[in-house]
Amino acid sequence: MTAQPKRVALLVTCLVDQIMPEVGVAAVKLLRRAGCTVDFPTDQTCCGQPFFNSGFRPEAARLAKRAIDIFEEYDAVVLPSGSCTGMIRVEYPHLFEGDSRWHERAQRLADKTFELTEFLVHQVHWQPQAAPKAPRVTYHDSCHMNRVLHMRREPRSLLTAAGCEIVEMRESDRCCGFGGLFSIRMPQVSNAMTADKLRQAIETGTDMLVSVDPGCLMQMRGMIKDGSVRVEHVAVVLEELTR
Amino acid sequence: MTVTFHRFRADSGRAVADPHLQKVLENATGNFREGRARMLADVPDADQLRDQLKAIRSATLSRLADHLETFERNAAAAGAILHWAKDADDACRLVIEIARQHGVTLAVKSKSMASEEIHLNHALQEAGVTPVETDLGEWIIQLAGDPPAHIIVPAIHVTRYEVAELFSRELGRPIPGDDIPGLTAVARQTLREKFLAAGMGLSGVNVAVAETGSIVLVTNEGNGRMVTGAPPVHVAIMGIEKIVPTWQDAAVWLSLLARSATGQPLSIYTTAITGPARPEDPDGPREVHIILLDNGRSRLLGTPYEEILQCIRCGACLNVCPVYREAGGHSYGSPYSGPIGAVLTPLIFGLEKYEALPHASSLCGACLDVCPARIDLPRMLLALRAEEVEKRILPWYERIPERVAAWGLGHARLYRLAAGLLRVFSRPLVKGYATRWPRRLNPAGERDLPALAKRSFREMWKDL
Repeated sequence: MTAQPKRVALLVTCLVDQIMPEVGVAAVKLLRRAGCTVDFPTDQTCCGQPFFNSGFRPEAARLAKRAIDIFEEYDAVVLPSGSCTGMIRVEYPHLFEGDSRWHERAQRLADKTFELTEFLVHQVHWQPQAAPKAPRVTYHDSCHMNRVLHMRREPRSLLTAAGCEIVEMRESDRCCGFGGLFSIRMPQVSNAMTADKLRQAIETGTDMLVSVDPGCLMQMRGMIKDGSVRVEHVAVVLEELTR
Repeated sequence: MTVTFHRFRADSGRAVADPHLQKVLENATGNFREGRARMLADVPDADQLRDQLKAIRSATLSRLADHLETFERNAAAAGAILHWAKDADDACRLVIEIARQHGVTLAVKSKSMASEEIHLNHALQEAGVTPVETDLGEWIIQLAGDPPAHIIVPAIHVTRYEVAELFSRELGRPIPGDDIPGLTAVARQTLREKFLAAGMGLSGVNVAVAETGSIVLVTNEGNGRMVTGAPPVHVAIMGIEKIVPTWQDAAVWLSLLARSATGQPLSIYTTAITGPARPEDPDGPREVHIILLDNGRSRLLGTPYEEILQCIRCGACLNVCPVYREAGGHSYGSPYSGPIGAVLTPLIFGLEKYEALPHASSLCGACLDVCPARIDLPRMLLALRAEEVEKRILPWYERIPERVAAWGLGHARLYRLAAGLLRVFSRPLVKGYATRWPRRLNPAGERDLPALAKRSFREMWKDL
């Protein structure tokens, strides 16, 4: 292993900050257990993805510049979200294609930005101990984690190491229906997609549906009316199992 | 036709609430997905084959005019008569003129998306020519008066009982719906008479080969051969992008087409046509016309949307699309549905008329995963969305709040203030995890929107 990043900045994401702060708390604890010094730059707001995805490119670029200003001084930037990580790693450099100075800064930030489980597995080689009473879980491959970052193995390997038995859904990589503002613009289709996803999760007979993306969690939780399945962020699950 | 946000929501809402449609969409797309996966696994290196198709498609498009001229020269040398159609009206007019020259009143058709795109059947009917679709699925939707609901399986939405009703009405005698072989036998018998009586055969073109001036058609029912072989005149309509320079290129195209579309190594019939019947041939058409249809395609060359012209119309993106699988084809208001339709339709027919389609996607990327030509559909959906913002096609009540939100998020203090206010004012609506809106006012419909946490992470951070 190369020199361990000393100063890790947490980009907590808007949804975690405002709706599920426990995910951020769990992420901080996990990063500390893995030996990192965690900082939370309090000027951070949004990575700009909702605007980028709706076609508001100048607005997205402004928020991207802001994020670059805030985060570029750190050794590494970690996010508890595959989707926002994909935004920074893949789309930030695209946003500044005509502007070499910003493009370079965007690319530098992109190169040191990691999704949480990716960071734990590949950057600090953290391995949880198997917990005695770990749940049986099913894992939802969120679209951007899977198809933009190409990561399916990382969260699964951590869950398995922590003692979880993973029972796969028929289509673990089927979209949960969120898609950012899509979920508000096209609610009928979005909700039907979520219902299908949840049906597959329930079919596995597991106690918990785990994802790395706060957007998916919010979406799926919103369609569970009877508490039939617990939908949880991978950071919270891992943090609970490695206390 | 226009597909506004309101209209897409209404139509897809109806589709979602239709249990029969949901079942057939799930079953049919599921079978195609499995078939495709199985067939591609059978190819020694499917990924390399896809790269090869991508390279062929992009190289061909970068010199499209040259290849079309070569094709024109070689097809004419083989005896075919070529026509160029600028748009839909032009193409329909050409077909009608050819029909008039030959006194045609009945035309048989094999499946063609290009003809759906230009609404040829409607134009023919108005001109006194009766078109009869001979692909079973197309015939069914023609009888039903429906547009195609899937690029490959146009009648995906029709039950056999509905088919029986349509056939009974058409033939004036009761035909039972519980006997599928019986239904196909009826179609076969009826269509056979049409093949023999028709004065003209109309087809599309799956791929044209420039080096020999040939057109290739693939069908599973053999109707393509009847349409192009039995009547004295054959008229083929091809989009100008459906061309490759050589037969070697065509082989790559064909080896991916059926595998991606229906999960077959090849379609049952692959027909190559090079000019009309030769004098020594015992049968075949005396005249072959090829109409090269532009209809907005050449406009896309050299733009960021050129890549969409690499499509080989396999429909694989529909089968994996989680939106198509819920909304069905008709919600898109276009013969082209699913992810390819969401991009192609606004580009051909106008973004202002189809404002909802670029947004009919969660940007999950499943389409890019399966596309045999690796067309980056999500990237083009994003580009179309950006165009909607620039041209103010996105409604103001969407644009203004987004701009305001983006501005507010550019200032940490404003962000904290706004979140704080929302926390206070939403409190009366909060029940546990969710915000309970009055159902009719909830922008998320059935889904509960979350409540803001009592304390934000940034407040909790101070104690961590």
